[in-house]
Amino acid sequence: MNYLEDGLTLRSWFTTTDHKRIAILYAAGITFFFFIGGFAAMLIRLQLLTPGGAIVSHETYNKLFTVHGVIMVWLFLIPSIPAVLGNFLIPLMIGAHDVAFPRLNLLSWYIYVTGGAIVLLALLLGGVDTGWTFYTPFSTMFSNTWVAITLAGVFVTGFSSILTGLNFIVTVHTLRTPGLGWFKLPLFVWALYATSVILVLATPVLAITIVLVIAERLFQIGVFDPAHGGDPLLFQHLFWFYSHPAVYIMVLPAMGVASEIIPCFARQRVFGYRLMAYAILAIASVGFLVWGHHMFVAGQSLAASMVFSALSFLVAVPSAIKVFNWTATLYKSSIRFDAPMLYALGFVGLFTIGGLTGLFLASLPLDVDLTDTYFVVAHFHYIMVGGSVMAYFGGLHFWWPKATGRMYPEVWGRLAAAFIFFGFNLTFFPQFILGMLGMPRRYATYPDRFQVLHVMSSAGAVALAVGYLLPFAYFAWSLRSGRAAGRNPFGATGLEWQTDSPPPTHNFDRPPPAPAGVYEYDPNAPQPAA
Amino acid sequence: MNADSYPIVDPRHANRGAGAPPEIGKLGMWVFLGTEVLFFGGLMLSYLYGRTHWPGGFAAAGRHTHVWIGTINTAVLLTSSALIALAGATSECMPMRRWTPRLLWLTALFGLGFLVLKGIEYDKEVHEQLFPQAGFALSETGAELFFWLYWLMTAIHALHLAIGVGAVSLFAWATGRQRRWADSHRIEVLALYWHFVDVVWIFLYPLLYLIDRHS
Repeated sequence: MNYLEDGLTLRSWFTTTDHKRIAILYAAGITFFFFIGGFAAMLIRLQLLTPGGAIVSHETYNKLFTVHGVIMVWLFLIPSIPAVLGNFLIPLMIGAHDVAFPRLNLLSWYIYVTGGAIVLLALLLGGVDTGWTFYTPFSTMFSNTWVAITLAGVFVTGFSSILTGLNFIVTVHTLRTPGLGWFKLPLFVWALYATSVILVLATPVLAITIVLVIAERLFQIGVFDPAHGGDPLLFQHLFWFYSHPAVYIMVLPAMGVASEIIPCFARQRVFGYRLMAYAILAIASVGFLVWGHHMFVAGQSLAASMVFSALSFLVAVPSAIKVFNWTATLYKSSIRFDAPMLYALGFVGLFTIGGLTGLFLASLPLDVDLTDTYFVVAHFHYIMVGGSVMAYFGGLHFWWPKATGRMYPEVWGRLAAAFIFFGFNLTFFPQFILGMLGMPRRYATYPDRFQVLHVMSSAGAVALAVGYLLPFAYFAWSLRSGRAAGRNPFGATGLEWQTDSPPPTHNFDRPPPAPAGVYEYDPNAPQPAA
Repeated sequence: MNADSYPIVDPRHANRGAGAPPEIGKLGMWVFLGTEVLFFGGLMLSYLYGRTHWPGGFAAAGRHTHVWIGTINTAVLLTSSALIALAGATSECMPMRRWTPRLLWLTALFGLGFLVLKGIEYDKEVHEQLFPQAGFALSETGAELFFWLYWLMTAIHALHLAIGVGAVSLFAWATGRQRRWADSHRIEVLALYWHFVDVVWIFLYPLLYLIDRHS
């Protein structure tokens, strides 16, 4: 009996401890928030169609970009690949029956839902206008919106991240099938492992920072207020100590997805597998030491800024290793451009642009000019949307047959990938130019000369929205009418493909023997026609 | 290899006691404590910031904490940690196991004693106008910040300890009733948490009570 048929009541879903069902619960949760956050983004782009602002007041505009940021970062991106694909795949990929703490896993989802509900409550009460960064003193002394409630929601959501990370770390350490050494693990597992370490070590700092901001707002404790001996820069240090590693929480899992898809459709072993694993660890560790690059113009000392700038450049080294190795994997291989591959290749290209523009921003003299402009907005959207969301959709397509037992319609899959790639670039590339021309971020209106670029960006957002809506239509269609997938429709390596699709509740009838190697694709053997 | 010799324990059962690989729970607790270190780390950083910028204010404020109560409480917590370590040791072998619930009750009692003393201390401080609000007793810049951090850090520590007292009491009750899930592995995991709360206090005690007492 497969996991989808093992209990058909709502109760069986809401009390499940099966990692695969919990992954589906997370998928439902983050999809819900993705559409709320996306709706806010569409309103933002609508507003910016005309220089004077098309639809909403300045105050509402501030609330729109705040709710977009808060929801997309904490309620969509951070749980997206880890909590959905990670939950579903890690036990399957390491040949385990479940994660180490199945009940804790379910609890994580309930905590996530509770946190999300608190954020929604703040939204319904009237929203919050501080931006997702909650900078003091605005958030603690001046904003008259629902700062404390929103922060409470983020605080609660953080515990679901921590517990998920904890679960994954213990799972990978203790539940690998006999003989499955660390260097036989798929890079997806490596990436999720490194992500989990960041989740566990960075999220608590966000939690205590939120406690301090709420205390400061409600009782004026003064820790961020110079009038009482405190310092607003202390807030920025604490906040970015979490929020910069959080970028790697969002992008490392995406790298893991790309590292599964690319070798499969290139029929070639990942180039430099060990170096890829080490690069993941290097990004995760050095990523903890670069937070000050968010504060170059905030009054940080020049010496500190130079060190943070140099360390930020250092992160580019393992990131470049990854990009080069994905490319080298493609070299002289027989590539097939199925939908997951289109997403994965899109990810590599867009991540490269996002990463290189990150180097612009890590350079002190350029950052003084570009900080707080649309250049920054475009840069991190290339990483988070062009990178993470692209890879998330690639992963959804790649493992959809495994999770549901049905194939998605290939032509539609490719069409949606093309829409997303085209729409994304049309939305965000003009924003690089806007930033270079001096358009600051977070403004509800702008001078007339920027209108052409803003209209291009808004038009791109429409194409992007179509690209995101299409998969939901054809995925739903495929549940009933999709072709039966079989165990391994793409001829992929990896233990998850050796069990049925959809997998049985306990994943494997008998313990899967550890494979001799990892990504052992035979370039001469033809791929099954999908 | 056949399925019967499958060395990986099904986690569905692993979580319910018998036969669980002990490292699962222990590793989980260690990872959680890693999270906790960073959680308290944010407060420590704020303290470090304040003391670096306002050494005079922090020293003056530090002299107003009740060092005797703090010292006795340190002794109380250290003793409780020894007791829970003994409880863990006795739970491992049968003839000693009858001592486990008693030692756990005693651990919880010491934890509770700490909280009571802390409450008395809080009460004294409120009467001495050391809760930072209108009419705060000290005028040095930074003293107010010191006491906000003092209240915040000790309150969050006390919250952790209260959770610990609850969990230890639960285990004391369960080991007394010889519930199978309250085995020595779980007691060890619980003890890790308890020791951690103790260690946090070992850091708070000098930071809050002992700076500048020598002069």
